[in-house]
Amino acid sequence: MSNDPIHQFHINKIVPLEVGGLDLSFTNSSLFMVATVAATTGFLMLATSGRGMVPTKLQSIAELAYEFVAGMLRDAAGSHGLKFFPLVFSLFMFILVGNLFGMFPYFFTITSHLIVTAALALLVFGTVLAVGFMRHGLGFLKLFVPSGVPGWLLPLVVAIEVISFLSRPLSHSVRLFANMLAGHITLKVFTGFVVSLSSLGVLGIAGAVLPLALAVGLTALEFLVAFLQAYVFAMLTCMYINDALHPGGH
Amino acid sequence: MASENTSTTDTEGTASHGAEGTATHGEASHGEGMAPASGEMHTSTEAAGHGGGEAGFPPFDSSTFPSQLVWLAITFGLFYYLMSKVVLPRIAQTLEQRHDRIASDLAEAERLKGETDEAIASYEQSLAEARQRANDIAKTTRERVQQSIDAERAEAEAGLAERAAEAEKHIAEVKAKALGEVDAIATDTAEALISALGGGKVTKAELSKAVSEARG
Repeated sequence: MSNDPIHQFHINKIVPLEVGGLDLSFTNSSLFMVATVAATTGFLMLATSGRGMVPTKLQSIAELAYEFVAGMLRDAAGSHGLKFFPLVFSLFMFILVGNLFGMFPYFFTITSHLIVTAALALLVFGTVLAVGFMRHGLGFLKLFVPSGVPGWLLPLVVAIEVISFLSRPLSHSVRLFANMLAGHITLKVFTGFVVSLSSLGVLGIAGAVLPLALAVGLTALEFLVAFLQAYVFAMLTCMYINDALHPGGH
Repeated sequence: MASENTSTTDTEGTASHGAEGTATHGEASHGEGMAPASGEMHTSTEAAGHGGGEAGFPPFDSSTFPSQLVWLAITFGLFYYLMSKVVLPRIAQTLEQRHDRIASDLAEAERLKGETDEAIASYEQSLAEARQRANDIAKTTRERVQQSIDAERAEAEAGLAERAAEAEKHIAEVKAKALGEVDAIATDTAEALISALGGGKVTKAELSKAVSEARG
């Protein structure tokens, strides 16, 4: 057992592949992306294949996920927002299943890499910008001008709004990435304690009980975090989409 | 439908294959990792140094970025496509059908309830009519019976009054006759008494005069 808590984040090539000088190898990360998509799609396809009027258990789960995300989006962005439902649903399920796959020992956590979460956050950011300007033109810039602010304060407020808008993809992506990274490192460190302490004899085994208990508790917490971060990511996506649809709505 | 089924099995196939591949791969990379770790013992700085020799902290190793981005684009793009084109419409359709079904069932129930209410109302109306008719019949019967009773009673009373009048008349006659004979009896008695007492001769006229005087 390697005690290096960073080891789990290494990316290893499975099928080396180089296109135009770029290393596009099929790696363990790619493998888990494929596995996440395959498992989720397979499950949802299987669950919904019956299309029963009275849902089976699997179908209930699929419908629950559907209505959970649809409700989230409708609450945050109104019924106009449902145009973006496939995006929000895909993001939520992809991140949720990716996070949960990461909870298996020896599995790779795709969301523990900043580049992945950043790409997803930028996808949302780009969508918001594109939709905002396409629907409202320059009126989208009203997003940065809250109503009811006195004129002399406006430059300051607008500057703050612009900065907070531009920092969205950063916080959006770092939140998910850092949560998954930190959670997995913590788990690895505590379980590492258990292993190294228990190799020190009777006293060490007694001392290993505490980190073991902590590791068990942390595992439960990490399952919660895995769900919560997917939820938060999807929720923020919904709110950003709301901004794109209703820029004057502050 | 058939094509969907095959695509389902396809994805499942890759899923299970992926899981197997992962397990074996995990073992392999773990085995590789063991060698330097056991060689250099377990100080984390050395382990980090070993990682650093490759590329430093993995999430910031930009040499893996193109591969991750491309594979993310492929997998997430495919996922988005499958969700938006197959899975979500399917769920939406099912939910909508169920919603419609429930709505139509509710409407049907509402209609049946209306029919029931109508039936109850007409039943109650005919019940009320029947009751009314029964009341009417009872009332007319009562009136008719009352009338016949009254007529009979009037007749009977009339008969009784007549007979009473006759009886009274008869009594009055008898009485008058009796009273008429009282004087004659008194005269005869008085004559007999006088002659028995030897009080001389008294004429009948004197006697009847005395009797009538005595009677006042």
